Amino acid sequence: MDELDPERSEQVFEDFKKAYTANQAIVEANRCLYCSDAPCITACPTGIDIPSFIRKISTRNTEGSARTIFASNILGMSCSRVCPVETLCVGDCVFNEMGVPPIQIGKLQRYATDMAFEKDWTFFEAGADTGKSVGIVGGGPAGLAAAHRLRRFGHAVTIYEKRDILGGLNTFGVAPYKMRADAALSEVEWVMSIGGITVEHGVTIPETYSWDDLLGKHEAIFLAFGLGPDTRLELPGSNLDGIVGAVDFIEDFKLKAMDLSAVKQAVVIGGGNTALDAVRELRGLGVPEVTLAYRGAEDQMGGYAHEWSAGKDEGVISAFNLQPVAYEGQGQVDGLRVVRTDADKKPIPGSAHTLPAQLVVLAVGQSKLGELVSDLDGVETKWGRVVTTESGQTGHPRVFAGGDCTNGGKEVVNGVAEGRDAAIAIHSMISEA
Amino acid sequence: MPDLTINCGGISSPNPFWLASAPPANSGEQVQRAFDHGWGGAVWKTLGQPIQNVSSRFGAIDWQGRSGVGFNNIELITDRSLDVNFREIYETKRKYPKHALIASLMVETREEWKEIIKRAEDAGADGLELNFGCPHGMCERGMGSAVGQEPAVNERITSWAKEFANVPVLVKLTPNVGDIVPHGLAAQRGGADGVSLINTIKSIIGVDIDTFVPKPMVGNRSSNGGYCGAAVRPIALHMVAALARDRQFNIPISGIGGITNWRDATEFMLLGSSSVQVCTEVMLKGYRIVEDMIEGMEGWMRDHDFQTTDQFIGKSIPHYADWGDLDINFETVAKINAETCIGCQVCVVACHDGAHQCIHPAEVGRIPVVDESECVGCNLCQIVCPVEGCITMEEVENGFAPTTWNEHLNEGKPVRPKKGAH
Repeated sequence: MDELDPERSEQVFEDFKKAYTANQAIVEANRCLYCSDAPCITACPTGIDIPSFIRKISTRNTEGSARTIFASNILGMSCSRVCPVETLCVGDCVFNEMGVPPIQIGKLQRYATDMAFEKDWTFFEAGADTGKSVGIVGGGPAGLAAAHRLRRFGHAVTIYEKRDILGGLNTFGVAPYKMRADAALSEVEWVMSIGGITVEHGVTIPETYSWDDLLGKHEAIFLAFGLGPDTRLELPGSNLDGIVGAVDFIEDFKLKAMDLSAVKQAVVIGGGNTALDAVRELRGLGVPEVTLAYRGAEDQMGGYAHEWSAGKDEGVISAFNLQPVAYEGQGQVDGLRVVRTDADKKPIPGSAHTLPAQLVVLAVGQSKLGELVSDLDGVETKWGRVVTTESGQTGHPRVFAGGDCTNGGKEVVNGVAEGRDAAIAIHSMISEA
Repeated sequence: MPDLTINCGGISSPNPFWLASAPPANSGEQVQRAFDHGWGGAVWKTLGQPIQNVSSRFGAIDWQGRSGVGFNNIELITDRSLDVNFREIYETKRKYPKHALIASLMVETREEWKEIIKRAEDAGADGLELNFGCPHGMCERGMGSAVGQEPAVNERITSWAKEFANVPVLVKLTPNVGDIVPHGLAAQRGGADGVSLINTIKSIIGVDIDTFVPKPMVGNRSSNGGYCGAAVRPIALHMVAALARDRQFNIPISGIGGITNWRDATEFMLLGSSSVQVCTEVMLKGYRIVEDMIEGMEGWMRDHDFQTTDQFIGKSIPHYADWGDLDINFETVAKINAETCIGCQVCVVACHDGAHQCIHPAEVGRIPVVDESECVGCNLCQIVCPVEGCITMEEVENGFAPTTWNEHLNEGKPVRPKKGAH
């Protein structure tokens, strides 16, 4: 695994939500009502026993607390930082019903899991060798969660990863004010410390291996290859410099040094969570004027309200009900031509104008990679997503899938849950064979 | 405006709130500041042969992140010279003539009692409190609770004090006894004008689980101390009430033990205390708490149309009965208010694991369902519910006439069928 670039730009960001001190964590933990059949557990895709881990913090049994978290979610450290807790566990805390501030579950989880990393507590050992092996395509959250669980069962695991680093979007896609790449990689290292996980980097399918190759090597394979490149908006001027996909842009400044000194104005096109990350990141990287251009109204945006609210606080300008029609500039983009749209998102004649921008970031979605599996017998896709049963099995009995390639792009915690559950299903399948 | 003045065994004060004999009443400077904040009286830190204290001295119980719910100390009586103490008492009394200033005393021999009582009275003390309660250190020297635990010794020393004293004498009782009543009666026989209770409870407040040394740590040792603070209040309330309702006991009571605010103080007075004494909460929060105590009690008196404290002192005593005299046919069941329930289901698990398995999760939604045919009306759900007023215990008509267990035994009156005894 390569060392991270010491000059990478993401380092200018500090945590948006500060870590708790021990004192703060204990005060907050003591507020928890310790509900039975708690709604926060149901709201967590990985079903962490939240009241139990919080109670353990309150008694200073932090090691036990971390054990409870990792037992359900091996990426509990990154999830504590990147989960949209406002819409998951914290959003369902019963204190909301009472008009009392909900328990800050994410920050408490971070407290316990950070301490586990600091103290180097590892709770799990690999199971006795079963002589069976599983191949995992993609070393992001779903792949890592599956790999770890499979190792606990004693199966050999090989991760096939296209990039030279593991962690997937956790490493190169998460907003750095939530988690920086070095934290993501330290988590990868912690997960890998269970031992027995082989990683092959630089692997693409079908160039490096065919599906038959993988099915020949392993009792089962788990597909966790995520999503494809950013969707482009093909408009006049698309070939100008300074027009970038959001995922590429984020990866670039997270892993490398990025010089934005020439950018006084930037426009991000989109209304989803990637767009909301991008505008906040551009502000944090020092771009003076950052505009979010979205074709619908403010309340139609797909991104989380709490993220947009933070973006507004950070000075992001909004431009709603707009449709881009062309990129303007000579060699280098210097503006985005837009028209206003009506309530049905239809263009309004005579409303064309230009938003000046030396950088245009496209956050209008990522392509789906379903066609990758078109020659894999029995595996079906729908809208480019791999179709699975609840336990992650595809139409091919030895092929399982999870994470963004099946759910179309959800949260890290969904990928972890799907990877873990698929591992359990794989274990059950290959143990019977 | 309600009148908060009280008279406890001949000692009057502008309100019932006295500092107990303890660190907050250690010096004239402190007591005068307390009076400026509004305290009605103070029982001076116990005077006797000045001692040498140890370091450290205090320990506390933490409960859910809150320190000091229970508290203990291994501090002894005054460590300042008697000359200094009496001079400060004199100065304080001169500046604050209307406040109650009581000298707490602890010496051994009859001659010593005679001497120290004279000096206290010469300094201007409005009353004396005989410290027969301290359960640590002093009792090892034959004083404090060593006196309070022996009714005959208690009576004898009390009678000495009464022989020498011209001002009222209160006897401070120790709770480290099986039954408080014989000890209150002993003080009464000795001629006491009133009793103060409770002193602290013999205790070990905790153990440092890393060093194995009990707390508070004095190097690598500790000793049993005196337990106090909010957590002891129920014990104190019971002992106050046990004396207040005893037919032979008829002298005033100054109530002490875990009083933190006006509500606690009101409870002590309803169970028969004429004045109340506070230490731990002042140690934790400062003299300033008395402002709320005064305002709160005045507001409560207005709400209940009481003009004077006499109108409510002891008012709860008729409601305190033996178990055998409770109405065994009185029946309540829990009702959950669906409007205010937040769905935490803490009542469900409490009832299932700790009571009679009669509160169940709803089939739809999170508002639990009470099976009234099984509910014994124990209150546990109401106690654990985080929403004030959400769970209420409602009386149900069961058709059985009120009957006590004693009446059932003696007169054969019918008793309702048991619930939850499957």
